[in-house]
Amino acid sequence: MLELRGIDVAYGSIQALHQVSLRVGPGEIVTLIGANGAGKTTTLMAISGLVPPHRGEILFEGRPITGLAPEALVRLGICQVPEGRHIFPELSVAENLDLGAFLRRDRRQVAVDREQVYRLFPVLQQRRHQPGGTLSGGEQQMLAISRALMARPRLLLLDEPSMGLAPLMTKHLFEIVAAINKEQHTTILLVEQNANLALQVADRGYVLENGRIVMHDTAEALRRTPAVQSAYLGI
Amino acid sequence: MEYFLELLFSGLTRGAIYALIALGYTMVYGIIGLINFAHGEMYMIGAFTALIVSSVLSIYGLPLPAILVLAALAAAIWAGAYGFTVERLAYRPLRDAPRLAPLISAIGMSIFLQNYVLLAQTSDFVPFPSLVPEFAFLEPYGAIVDSSGLTILAVSTLVMTALTLLIKFTRTGKAMRATAQDRKMALLVGINVDRIISLTFVTGSALAAVGGLLIASHIGQINFAIGFIAGIKAFTAAVLGGIGSIPGAVLGSFVLGLTEAFATGYVSSDYEDVFAFSLLVLILIFRPAGLLGKAATEKV
Ligand SMILES: Nc1ncnc2c1ncn2[C@@H]1O[C@H](COP(=O)(O)OP(=O)(O)OP(=O)(O)O)[C@@H](O)[C@H]1O
Ligand SMILES: [Mg+2]
Repeated sequence: MLELRGIDVAYGSIQALHQVSLRVGPGEIVTLIGANGAGKTTTLMAISGLVPPHRGEILFEGRPITGLAPEALVRLGICQVPEGRHIFPELSVAENLDLGAFLRRDRRQVAVDREQVYRLFPVLQQRRHQPGGTLSGGEQQMLAISRALMARPRLLLLDEPSMGLAPLMTKHLFEIVAAINKEQHTTILLVEQNANLALQVADRGYVLENGRIVMHDTAEALRRTPAVQSAYLGI
Repeated sequence: MEYFLELLFSGLTRGAIYALIALGYTMVYGIIGLINFAHGEMYMIGAFTALIVSSVLSIYGLPLPAILVLAALAAAIWAGAYGFTVERLAYRPLRDAPRLAPLISAIGMSIFLQNYVLLAQTSDFVPFPSLVPEFAFLEPYGAIVDSSGLTILAVSTLVMTALTLLIKFTRTGKAMRATAQDRKMALLVGINVDRIISLTFVTGSALAAVGGLLIASHIGQINFAIGFIAGIKAFTAAVLGGIGSIPGAVLGSFVLGLTEAFATGYVSSDYEDVFAFSLLVLILIFRPAGLLGKAATEKV
């Protein structure tokens, strides 16, 4: 479904990604784990078209999408929940959701999806007239994911959805991510600091170190790899 | 009492004109954090466009209201095209540059546009025809209210209401607010941010151009430099109200217009600008974010 082939990304003179290649199959949950500054966010931003790679190729369903505008990528069904949630603080919860569906013209289906999101996270319905910036961290994360779902993504990029959440909330969120994957057949690329959880929910994983992919395998196998255990699982 | 009402009316008229210009400053600032120093020039270009178009149309003997509407449309479209071009040429290439760069580019654009009109037209004041018909029903109140002042108030109220509704309720309006609040996220939900920024410049320029036409017809003469002082006053109004805030720009404009009107009416017209800028200084000391602005935005 998604394939990165030898991607290089640089910020000015600092090269953040070196020859990153990865593949996400249709219906899969793939996780990308790595330490702070490894280049995880950069990888997702390159896929979303916000930082253009200066070498390499990105393919979506076999078609090259390198260099496409972010707008075009959202149209193709690639949506991102960025690190730090990025809720529009002065827009209401309902308006934040509307913006998730910004490119959609099928108003009736959008309304159906909104109801579904409210069923998934009833608290958002209670707060729908409240400015997004006044929600708690956990509620903002629910809103951020819901906003992405409003676009009916085919590939969902999640950047550290567990950041700043209580353990119970994190668990709930991961259950929902798994459910979205199963019920709506949404393919997911998940970036996480919490490698433990990520490797439980994912099918496969990639390990990023200093901008390079150093390992990739099934989640199961990665969990049993000593190097991964000591570096990322705290075992 | 009659004198008071006359001053009140003239203050509101001034305020309405400032508001038409201040909206452009505040919208552009809200969306890209830039003080568009060339914005006053859009007002000036609007006035010149209206002059040319209305002169041509009056040769064909069109009725005054038709000339007014067509001239306003032409001024808005032409100034909108200038606003679009200025953003493309002078600001977009510098969008990721340090903040001072686009500011200097803006000042350069302002100087360029003034001198271009100076060379293309003339350095003298040129007479501007009165495009607003005399309303017979106003005759009994002639000492207080005049037709062109009333038209200014009506048109600007209409335009500001339309703008508010657009920003609040339409898809494009939501996209504008989203872009102003978080540009990166706006991109990620699929908003064409470049287009929204262009649209902001076009809208702001068109509003300023309509203001330029109305005031030119009210005062009766224009020259290449009128955008400078009007721009500074409107900028003052925007800062007064809280730059980046649309209701703030409107409120600041009326506060400024009324202050000037009453100060010149009761004290002395020599001090008009002194009062305006003293007000600004006071606000900046006691409420640096402006009347309706949010505290602690570190954009310059
Ligand atoms: N806008 C930027 N300008 C310059 N350097 C940047 C920029 N964004 C990221 N970097 C650098 O690129 C490298 C990779 O950053 P990135 O944000 O992708 O890491 P990450 O894996 O997401 O880290 P974290 O887990 O802390 O979120 C870092 O060294 C970072 O300092
Ligand atoms: Mg990151």
